[in-house]
Amino acid sequence: MLCHSAAGPARGAGHATAAMDGTRQHTSQPIVTGTSVLGIKYKDGVMLAADTLASYGSLARYKNVERLKPVGECTLIGASGEYSDFQHIMETLEDYHQYDVNMDDGFERSPAEIYNLLRTIMYNRRNKFNPLWNYLLIAGCKKDGTAFLGSVDHIGTCYEDNILATGFGGHLALPILRKKWRPDLEEGEARALLEDCMRVLFYRDCRALNRIQIAKATAEGTVVSDAYKVDTEWSLASFSQPKAGQDTDGSW
Amino acid sequence: MFRNQYDTDVTVWSPQGRLHQVEYAMEAVKQGGASLGLRSGSHVVLAALKRAPNEMSAPQKKIFKLDSNMGVAIAGLTADARSLAKYMRTECLNHKYVYGTTMQASRLVLDLADMHQRTTQSYVRRPYGVGMLVAAHDQTGPHLFQTCPSGNYFEYVAMAIGARSQSAKTYLEKHFEDFENCDLDELVKHALKALSGCVTGDKELDANGLTLAIVGKDKVFESLEGEQLQPYMDAIELEGNAAQPMDEGDGEEKAPAPDAGMA
Repeated sequence: MLCHSAAGPARGAGHATAAMDGTRQHTSQPIVTGTSVLGIKYKDGVMLAADTLASYGSLARYKNVERLKPVGECTLIGASGEYSDFQHIMETLEDYHQYDVNMDDGFERSPAEIYNLLRTIMYNRRNKFNPLWNYLLIAGCKKDGTAFLGSVDHIGTCYEDNILATGFGGHLALPILRKKWRPDLEEGEARALLEDCMRVLFYRDCRALNRIQIAKATAEGTVVSDAYKVDTEWSLASFSQPKAGQDTDGSW
Repeated sequence: MFRNQYDTDVTVWSPQGRLHQVEYAMEAVKQGGASLGLRSGSHVVLAALKRAPNEMSAPQKKIFKLDSNMGVAIAGLTADARSLAKYMRTECLNHKYVYGTTMQASRLVLDLADMHQRTTQSYVRRPYGVGMLVAAHDQTGPHLFQTCPSGNYFEYVAMAIGARSQSAKTYLEKHFEDFENCDLDELVKHALKALSGCVTGDKELDANGLTLAIVGKDKVFESLEGEQLQPYMDAIELEGNAAQPMDEGDGEEKAPAPDAGMA
């Protein structure tokens, strides 16, 4: 496929393309994207939250996609960024997991090992100037109850923390999480906190949706919830009086 | 050794269904200096007799560290062992880069056994003339494996390989049921007592003639030599009941003088 420079921002430019002169262009921007993923550790393990929207540029194109997926028995992956790249990553991880199952020696990769594996994959791809355009959260809990939460981005930068958020969540959810998070959060409290953050994201992030999933990893294993709607309250002052009496353009 | 018309090539079967070249390689292991390994519920100990090609040289290396949690003791051709140890170290290092953790011993030993096996199906290469005892502590606990030139591998609680290893095996068979609950010091003493049976008839085991290595839970792989072993040597001398060298020809063929590359 030729790279048409006249194409809009959401067409062609992102795929590896071969031009007439033999040069290749690799992924330089994501096309179908998911927005923020949030992750927090809590008393029994670790919890992730994401909405179910995959956007095509500014168009809310697919409203029922899962961006939280389990790998093996004890690990969860949450992805923002290019959805097809996320599908590719999941296929790769499934292959690795199937190899472990086939070995039949009672060993399974820990969440920390999968996190490190993804770091190598992402960094290797960026060194080929052909990155997988995702920002990933890796969450998991070993059988002994030690929880893991880490993030890897599309150039291979990685770190662990007790609270993590990708994309807009880094600006809109992290401040809330920093204020409200405690290490001894009960499961219900953790879920409520993440729902609050997802609600704020839906209010203020134009690529977010009010249909979300929550996933948890505990010593007992992983669970990904069905998608459900978070309730919204549009009578709040900042929505009904956007300018709040100020002589501004109404944004804050 | 006998000569026969079916032993010139590794890949040629004898009418009895045997691969003579592979069996000869297994024989090389029996001529190398004795190595043994044993494990408890938390640790693995390797021990080996050091052997020098002649009086003026330093002894050949018998135990190789592979990673912080893993090492091998060898019997047979030292050069082959070095090449395999290099391969295993690379595998461990790659694993550490990709996953950030140490390797599962069973997976590494499987790869190692495959290295051995490949040579038995190709006429361009010869089998490796070395037997290995791999000691490791990984995410599934302590492990001791033995690999053979034939490509077979086994997991053991205790095992001895190399020249005059039969008496060590006899000692280990007699005591292995106690190993599970042994503390590290007891395990080391068992290793030395078992190894006492492997020295040549007229000599006695001394701290300078052996290498020992330990790995275990919260204990990185560590080799002990000479001085460091003296306290254990003194202790087993007090306790007695060490394995005795067997009479020549007792179950074991009398080994001819070893080649310079044997250890």
